[in-house]
Amino acid sequence: MTEYTDKIKEIAKRVLTEGKVEMVIGFREGSVPMMNQPHYATSAESVDELVWDCNCGLNLANYITDKKGNIGIIAKGCDSRNIVTHVIENKIKRDQLYIIGVPCTGMIDHQKINAMFDQEILTVEESGDKITITGNGFSKTMSKQELLTENCAVCTHRNPIEYDELAGDLVEEQKDVDPYASVTKVESMSADEKWNYFEDLLSPCIRCYACRNACPLCYCPTCFVDESRPQWVGKSQDPTDVRTFHLLRAYHCAGRCTDCGACERVCPMGIKIREFTKKLNKDCLELYGWEAGLSLDERPPLDTFKTDDPDEFIK
Amino acid sequence: MKLIKIDQQSWAAGIEKVKSDYRVFGPVKEKNDHEFKLLEQNEMPDVNCQNTRLSPKSIIYPQSQVMFTYSLDESKDDCRIMKEVENVKSPMAIIGVRPCDALAFPIVRRNFDSPEYQDTYWIKAYEATTFVGLACNSACGTCFCTSAGTGPFGEEGLDVLMIADGDDLYAKSITAKGESFIQAAGWTTEAESAVDSKIDELKTAAESSINSSVATDKIKNKTILELYDAPFWEEEAFACINCGTCTYVCPTCWCFDVQDETHGKSGIRMRNWDSCMFPLFTHHASGHNPRNVKYERLRQRFMHKLKYYVDKYDNGIQCVGCGRCIRLCPVNIDIRKICYKMNSFDAESCVCEATSS
Repeated sequence: MTEYTDKIKEIAKRVLTEGKVEMVIGFREGSVPMMNQPHYATSAESVDELVWDCNCGLNLANYITDKKGNIGIIAKGCDSRNIVTHVIENKIKRDQLYIIGVPCTGMIDHQKINAMFDQEILTVEESGDKITITGNGFSKTMSKQELLTENCAVCTHRNPIEYDELAGDLVEEQKDVDPYASVTKVESMSADEKWNYFEDLLSPCIRCYACRNACPLCYCPTCFVDESRPQWVGKSQDPTDVRTFHLLRAYHCAGRCTDCGACERVCPMGIKIREFTKKLNKDCLELYGWEAGLSLDERPPLDTFKTDDPDEFIK
Repeated sequence: MKLIKIDQQSWAAGIEKVKSDYRVFGPVKEKNDHEFKLLEQNEMPDVNCQNTRLSPKSIIYPQSQVMFTYSLDESKDDCRIMKEVENVKSPMAIIGVRPCDALAFPIVRRNFDSPEYQDTYWIKAYEATTFVGLACNSACGTCFCTSAGTGPFGEEGLDVLMIADGDDLYAKSITAKGESFIQAAGWTTEAESAVDSKIDELKTAAESSINSSVATDKIKNKTILELYDAPFWEEEAFACINCGTCTYVCPTCWCFDVQDETHGKSGIRMRNWDSCMFPLFTHHASGHNPRNVKYERLRQRFMHKLKYYVDKYDNGIQCVGCGRCIRLCPVNIDIRKICYKMNSFDAESCVCEATSS
């Protein structure tokens, strides 16, 4: 996807020069491999820092919440779905945005790749569908598909849903993928097995809240875990409080999550946080035929009422 | 100081032996990463671990720590009396502490054990612990210990420094505590004198493997307000999501929050790590928040480590160059870059530029 960079710079330069937007939000190259940094350009000169490659997995919709003025934003499939969700939820107006759409072929999993090698990785280079990973005394070229983050590997909305201009040709959507394979596996467990599974999943949590803070859906002025008058949730490492945070946050994302994977990508402890949100995404799909962020004209199932709602959960 | 040679067999035997005198902690690989854990019987510290994901600070200063218990039962004499909880019962030893993490303990001690205040929980745990370090033979790309007051063979904060050479380990006791630990392990074989030059070679090679450095020399002479009002904070904070990762993985971040939790008629008073990245950290009871926006919180973290601490203690920076915050920051905020910006910032030229444009 590196070929998008020049086109992104060209568009960003144009919309800034024409005064269509005051800033363009994108990524710049990070100081360590596989860690690009969200960044903004405000002038034609500063767009040169912008880059695009398979390390742009953070969700940029997180950076436009309640922003004033006109903003250019680079959006892959999932970012665009979260922009749609933001518009529906009145966090930004569609006409404030100039969306530079990026048809995406997936982002690579920096945690998985770091874990594959005992030694430190010094460079990771993308060339077409191949990734070359190099460190002191080793170099390995692998197919990008094998290295994708778990959400990208099962993504069926790679092309942006909503955009003003594209930075490249639309790509073919993935078919024959099962986004909910791991949910089905958990669903088939006994109650005890499920308990142990989630207990083990959450045991490394240090409550840094990176998952929440990287999530474009988590924009509450005060999160329930930060309520102090009265305090709702304990602040220690007590497993009950850790669980409460993760479960309530997941439910708050029900019908809104686009499975962008930002929560997992940012977790310093490598927790598979999507195990919670994916179950709710699956329920929304099965009960209401709903996937978040696909249309500006439809209300999400959990903030509307229809007489033919299935009500399966209450029977 | 004499150097002890430990071959593989006596290493394993020695570690098992000291477990009867100490609670022994060491790096263990769990899932994808190494963490310091209390070692069970026959469990060995992994000396091939480059460094653990989290620092060993939680062994001395746990993320959640009960300080007092109390009762709310009016029928009892001790109702509403805070009773101190005894946290440390036996000697501890932490094996495989890297020199960067070791230096963090004397840094943190300036906060927890000062002439005015002594934090009994931290001090008791610290004093009960023997720090057995392991020199680094090669550095990570994110290491900058040599410009943060130590080095790959740094000894400050350690009781023993071990050096790995192939399958052999060499141990040098630095304090009396370290001497006792080596005796308890039964390691007695003195190394041949020729080893000294070999160790010097390893040290030189290790130091030259560090390719990151930061300059902080000019920060001290700038005024607080000059840096505080510098124009780069907002731009540098743009990507920041204000999570607690940098502070929680940092070996020198020491802030905590005190909480009471009551269940029925009994309760505990505990402390939990807190983070200056969180809005709640400075949220006043009035509702006012003096650090209401994220760049102010990011600025606080770096100003504390690189300016306020430096001015207050006149003993270097509050950073040991372990590089964890660089490796684990989800959005690539890099302390080396912030250091550079702060150190090279020239308020006068900046004002001129702003006025002329």
